[in-house]
Amino acid sequence: MVTRASQNIQVGISKTLSPARRAQNALAMVLVALGTLLVLVPLFLILKDLFVKGFSSLNLQFFTQSQSEITFLGSAGGFLNAIVGSVMMLAVALVIGVIIGIGTAIFLTEYREHRLVPSVRLMGDVLTGMPAIVVGLVIYGLVVRGLGFGYSGIAGGLSLGLIMIPVIVRATEEVLKLVPQTLREAGLALGLPRWKVIMNIVLPTARSGIITGVILAVARVSGEAAPLIFTAFGNSFLTWDPTQKMSGLPLAVYRSAFEPSEAAVARAWSGALVLVLAILVASLVARFAARKR
Amino acid sequence: MKATIPQPRRGSGSRADARFQAVIVALASIVLVTALAYSVVLLLNGASAFGREGLGFVFGSNWDPANGHFQAFPFIAGTFFTAIGALVIAVPLALAASLFIAEYAPDWLANPVAYLIELLAAIPSVVYGLWGIFVLIPATLPFQKWLASSLGWSAPIGPGLFSAMLLLAVMIIPFIAAISRDVIKLVPNDQREAAFALGATKWEVIRYAVLPYARAGILGGVILGLGRAIGETLAVTMVIGNANRFPQNLLSPTATMSSIIASNFGEASSPEFVSSLIGIGFVLLVVALVVNFLARIVIARLTPQGTV
Repeated sequence: MVTRASQNIQVGISKTLSPARRAQNALAMVLVALGTLLVLVPLFLILKDLFVKGFSSLNLQFFTQSQSEITFLGSAGGFLNAIVGSVMMLAVALVIGVIIGIGTAIFLTEYREHRLVPSVRLMGDVLTGMPAIVVGLVIYGLVVRGLGFGYSGIAGGLSLGLIMIPVIVRATEEVLKLVPQTLREAGLALGLPRWKVIMNIVLPTARSGIITGVILAVARVSGEAAPLIFTAFGNSFLTWDPTQKMSGLPLAVYRSAFEPSEAAVARAWSGALVLVLAILVASLVARFAARKR
Repeated sequence: MKATIPQPRRGSGSRADARFQAVIVALASIVLVTALAYSVVLLLNGASAFGREGLGFVFGSNWDPANGHFQAFPFIAGTFFTAIGALVIAVPLALAASLFIAEYAPDWLANPVAYLIELLAAIPSVVYGLWGIFVLIPATLPFQKWLASSLGWSAPIGPGLFSAMLLLAVMIIPFIAAISRDVIKLVPNDQREAAFALGATKWEVIRYAVLPYARAGILGGVILGLGRAIGETLAVTMVIGNANRFPQNLLSPTATMSSIIASNFGEASSPEFVSSLIGIGFVLLVVALVVNFLARIVIARLTPQGTV
């Protein structure tokens, strides 16, 4: 952002500008605008295709029937199994992500004198850059095969939870940093033990910000399909049992996209639309929660 | 500004305090050991692949599951080809978008554009992949055919290196643009006003006063974008064609580390096959770690002194 004064200076100068510099300046502006346009075009195309193709085959059946009910001709069936699977696995992920993520953020902001703080912060950053597929493979080696759990909703939820942790840590840490130091000091001066200051003063003050961060983290992992391939595996039948193989919405979209039937591809588009709409709604809710502060 | 919190008096609260702190430290320790645990688990599960093939696992090119040969170099190369190609397309566009938002556009235009680009970042990988297969590839196929025939390459089938680069570029643009925008906005206004006062044009201000100042952050963002492109899985898997070999040209199908893992995992019947895929996962983890540390070092080294 340029201040008004500097814009005036620019206007004053430009009258005596050499043509070459004037042309260069104009060219830069055109290129920047063109580049921005090129960035926005695919976005509009993706949204357009998503809505047109997604809505055209979206019906009630999509939400009430499972993939196991798909008939040979492809007229029946829906993604209920995948939607339920996503909800169940995100619930597991939420528990893990919230407990470990917020706990770690408390450690980083409220126990700054602790000697492990720099290492934990570094490792948190390292985890942020970890590809999701790697996390899926780790859970496969550790839980699916290592502990003998087999492919299951729990394993899928675990992998999503691990991906969520660094996202929640970062968001929560930012909010906790905003809580005024004087609030903590006021609590301590009243003789409150440190843990009560954290639980009864710091966290409630930061609540709406933390909720925003958690919602955004859930939205972020809800679209992850890669780790589910190795952990939840997928299941065309509806199940509420997280020890069974489960499908998730993004995983079902991925698998359906490769199926030769047109109905399956149409369902994939509907699944993609539902997924994106859910993520958008979650982001809007998160923004709303942030604004209420 | 580090304020040390005064310790409360010893008393009824202090034991509960110790317990609470123990819980918090335990939770943080999980984060502390996770990255190491990831490496150990993948190394243990992929060890037999390294054991069988030795260095050939990383440097050899014979990937033939039917005959028990698992050498992953084509996929390591494929990962770098696609990621670098995507960066070449994405960086200028992302930079343009961030300059537009931070320097050129008035607020009423900059805010919606910034929001739309954030939206682009929120779309899941699998949705990009779906769009890639059914919209992007059919739309670019005529161009690919024209390019192949004018260069004398074999006819393209659509899915391949080029499609993967293009789709990856679309996916990492919002990521790089968001970081660059933040960094450019952090450049102090004094910097711009000083350049304007010397008679610089808008472009000269950006070129000589803003970009050099923001250089470290932008480069760091680009490297983080590279890290993201390297780890990106499903979208690439859906449009790269998943051929177990080096690409003959820019348009031919090939595979990346993540795409070969994702596309072959279901068919991996033998333990050797599975351990080889996990071994590739380990290589991917190491590459991702190196790229992320590189980004951090670049940001630390190149940041001008006295930056906010």
